[in-house]
Amino acid sequence: MLKLDDIVTHYGNIQALKGISIEVKQGEIVTIIGANGAGKTTTLKTICGLISPTSGKVYFQNKDITGKATSDIVEAGIAMVPEGRRVFPRMTVLENLQLGAYLNRNRQEVKNYLEEVFTLFPILKNRKRQIAGTLSGGEQQMLAIGRALMAKPKLLLLDEPSMGLAPKIVANIFDILTEINKEGTTILLVEQNARMALSIAHKGFVIETGKIVLQDTAENLLKNEEVKKAYLGE
Amino acid sequence: MNYYLQILTVIMINSILAVSLNLITGYTGQLSLGHATFMGIGAYAATLFTLKLHLPFLISIILGASVAAFFGFIIGVPTLRLKGDYLAIATLGFGEIMKNILLNLEITGGPMGLRGIPKVTNIYISAVALFLVIFSLNRIMNSRVGKSFIAIREDELAAEAMGINTTQFKILAFIIGAFYAGLAGGLYAFLFRYINPKDFGFMKSIEILCMVVLGGMGNTYGAVLGACIITVLPELLRSISPVIAQYRMVFYGLLLIIMMIVKPQGIISAPSSNKKEYKNSLEKGGQ
Repeated sequence: MLKLDDIVTHYGNIQALKGISIEVKQGEIVTIIGANGAGKTTTLKTICGLISPTSGKVYFQNKDITGKATSDIVEAGIAMVPEGRRVFPRMTVLENLQLGAYLNRNRQEVKNYLEEVFTLFPILKNRKRQIAGTLSGGEQQMLAIGRALMAKPKLLLLDEPSMGLAPKIVANIFDILTEINKEGTTILLVEQNARMALSIAHKGFVIETGKIVLQDTAENLLKNEEVKKAYLGE
Repeated sequence: MNYYLQILTVIMINSILAVSLNLITGYTGQLSLGHATFMGIGAYAATLFTLKLHLPFLISIILGASVAAFFGFIIGVPTLRLKGDYLAIATLGFGEIMKNILLNLEITGGPMGLRGIPKVTNIYISAVALFLVIFSLNRIMNSRVGKSFIAIREDELAAEAMGINTTQFKILAFIIGAFYAGLAGGLYAFLFRYINPKDFGFMKSIEILCMVVLGGMGNTYGAVLGACIITVLPELLRSISPVIAQYRMVFYGLLLIIMMIVKPQGIISAPSSNKKEYKNSLEKGGQ
């Protein structure tokens, strides 16, 4: 479904990604784990067109989407939950969700998607008139996920959804991610919380200083000695 | 014209300026320190259309506003990639460049400015103009375009991730804001019958910014209120003592500092595009 072929991305003179190749198949949950500054966020930003790669290709559903505008990529079916949630703080929950469906001009469809999001996150329905900035961290994360789902993506990109949240809420959010996946959305998850991410993923990539150093099924990665030592704290 | 009618007319013109800067700075979140420049371009263009080409008033001021909008586009394309402080500095530079061009061109009369402009602007014309500006602005703000502006202010990266073409919308905000400011400039020229580059310098830009900050960033009616206060206050001060009125710039500066400390959101503030929703959320919020 998604294929990155030898992606190199620069920030000015600094090479952030040094040839990343990953593949995500339809229906999978795939995770990229790695330390701070390894290039996880850059990878996601490159996929959804927020940064253009210096070289390499991004294919989505066998189409080359390298360097396309983000709006085209969202329209093609990729939505992102950015790092740190980044809800629109002074807008209501409802307005946030509606902006998630920004490119969809079919009102009935947007209404249906809104109901789906409310079924997934009932708390957002109760708080739909509340200003997003006044929500708790966990609720904001739910809103950020709900907002991305409003675009009805085929592939959902998540950047550190566990960041700054209590373990109980993280578990809750990861349960919901599994549910979203079961309903047919492919997920690419970037995480520092490797244990949590590998526990729901089918496949994992380990990224270090802009390179993929390891890739395997999530199950095997959880047993891998190096991964255990470096990312699972065992 | 009666003194009070004159002040009312100036309030309307300043309201158009404040409302248009509010679109750029208050709604879209792009700090511009050169707004008076667009006003100046509109004023000079409208004046020249009438004086040199003998076009009627209405066509002149609309063409003048269009010229200002065109400059908004020209300036917006390279500078709106810049963020925050950098954009503010770039707009500042643009203002200085335009002032010097106006000061040195022959057609603009150099430092002497342009005189002999017919007096056409009156209270009715400026009231209709202000009404049309606010009406059209409200229509814009309630549309997808308006939501995009606010989303950019709230979080540019998130807005882009939603598929909003942020650069395009920032340029659009600049074009619309420059058009309205140019319109205000045309009205100004045909009210005072004399324009010179100093009328549209950095101080005027700051004055407009003061109106927006005082009234409330991101609220059209706040901007109008700010324009009323900033227009009337120097007149009041003048009636107390002409000496005090000379220090009005000191007063503006002081006002900005005090507002930032006491009520940074301005006199009227509306974070949400829907006031009722905002009130509800305040009542329900924080449980």
